[in-house]
Amino acid sequence: MKPRVGVLALQGGFAAHADILQRLGACVDEIRCVEQLAAVDALVLPGGESTTVSMLLERSGLLEPLRERLSSGLPVLGTCAGMILLASEVVDGRGDQHSLGLIDITVRRNAYGSQIASFEADIAVDDLDEPFHAVFIRAPSVERSGPEVEVQARHNHRPVLCRSGSVTVASFHPELSGDHRLHQRFLANL
Amino acid sequence: MTTMSGTHNSEEITGTVLVKRGLAEMLKGGVIMDVVTPEQARVAEDAGATAVMALERVPSDIRAHGGVSRMSDPEMISGIQNAVSIPVMAKARIGHFAEAQILQSLKVDYVDESEVLTPADELHHIDKWAFSVPFVCGATNLGEALRRISEGACMIRSKGEAGTGNIVEAVRHLRSIIGDMRRIAAAVDAAELFDWAKQLRAPLPLIQEIADTGRLPVPLFCAGGIATPADASLVMQLGAEAAFVGSGIFKSSDPPKMAAAIVEAVTHFRDPQILAKISSGLGEAMSGLETATLAVKMADRGW
Repeated sequence: MKPRVGVLALQGGFAAHADILQRLGACVDEIRCVEQLAAVDALVLPGGESTTVSMLLERSGLLEPLRERLSSGLPVLGTCAGMILLASEVVDGRGDQHSLGLIDITVRRNAYGSQIASFEADIAVDDLDEPFHAVFIRAPSVERSGPEVEVQARHNHRPVLCRSGSVTVASFHPELSGDHRLHQRFLANL
Repeated sequence: MTTMSGTHNSEEITGTVLVKRGLAEMLKGGVIMDVVTPEQARVAEDAGATAVMALERVPSDIRAHGGVSRMSDPEMISGIQNAVSIPVMAKARIGHFAEAQILQSLKVDYVDESEVLTPADELHHIDKWAFSVPFVCGATNLGEALRRISEGACMIRSKGEAGTGNIVEAVRHLRSIIGDMRRIAAAVDAAELFDWAKQLRAPLPLIQEIADTGRLPVPLFCAGGIATPADASLVMQLGAEAAFVGSGIFKSSDPPKMAAAIVEAVTHFRDPQILAKISSGLGEAMSGLETATLAVKMADRGW
């Protein structure tokens, strides 16, 4: 049966993720309210503005139900702002910014500075033969990763792709560069 | 700890089309708010804005004030950059590449080459390919949008009629842009595409791309006249991918509440029940203007 993947669609680059997952054969639900959360086999938390998404999670009543579903082991892929939301600790965030604490990493929000410092770079990813072309947009950086966290790719010595149990996070945007291998891998592991 | 520098590493390529359009992708489903002070910028961020547009006067005050309207004071832009952690955009006059160079040196996150300011050049828009900072431009129709994209714009917004609180022009522009894309995607042969390129005064390769994909190569946002959550829902349902709100927030009677409501409206734009709830008790929206009575139509600026 096709896996049913929810893409959090409160704000940000959710459409690009949904498009790729659909092309790879998944059934995709855009998630904007609590009732939509129950049916999915996996979740993607896309990039966007993390402070906005945090507020919208709270106002839409999704924050705690989401934390509960993910704590019980629902597979999740978080990119950029999604990584910030899943981290255990956020530096340079807003004081009232929520993080779900599902992966033991410390993330610095917008670590590279303004948009003109945003960049593309090829990165080597564990178990991928060819480099992955990664796009970093006002990207966060992983400043610390806990002992349970498997670092699957680094750029300039910093972790940029990490996994811990059912949680995978990337500080870049695998949905933007036309390379679907990380989405394929996410679906293959469901 | 100091922030990392991403600009001086040989393996990192900055200022590419992918990177520039990428930030626009991340702003989808959100609200970019006009602000004139650091305090307003904080109100916008507190309400959930994805970015702020730093300017000296909101468009309705530009209309009232008259005279030549220019790029904002860099000190004022820096004040807003220091006040918030979300992206900060700023406006340059149409064709005024020197203003854009200054804005780039201030490290704003997006430059809006905007008809809301007084145009500096009546023939030429800025060569936006020459910049690392990305540009957004307004458009009233598809030809205009594609000319801006061919000049390097990485985000298109409807022009609407800024500072009026009247959504009618933005609706006209969105329907025109999206309707023509639908008709191009339905073209039966290449000859029809050649004709579209002629009619729209737009580059053929971009017409061919629309024929293949049915959409603009860059995100399409709405600007110009959004004053209520219902307005935001309307333009999102028509096909806009995010909203710019200018005078609509800080000219309303309760800006923090109106700002938060419009943010939620853009997320839940298809859910009338949620929209009814968030539209309740917002106080007065900005007082609007009938566009037929306007002395200056800003949307006519740009070529």
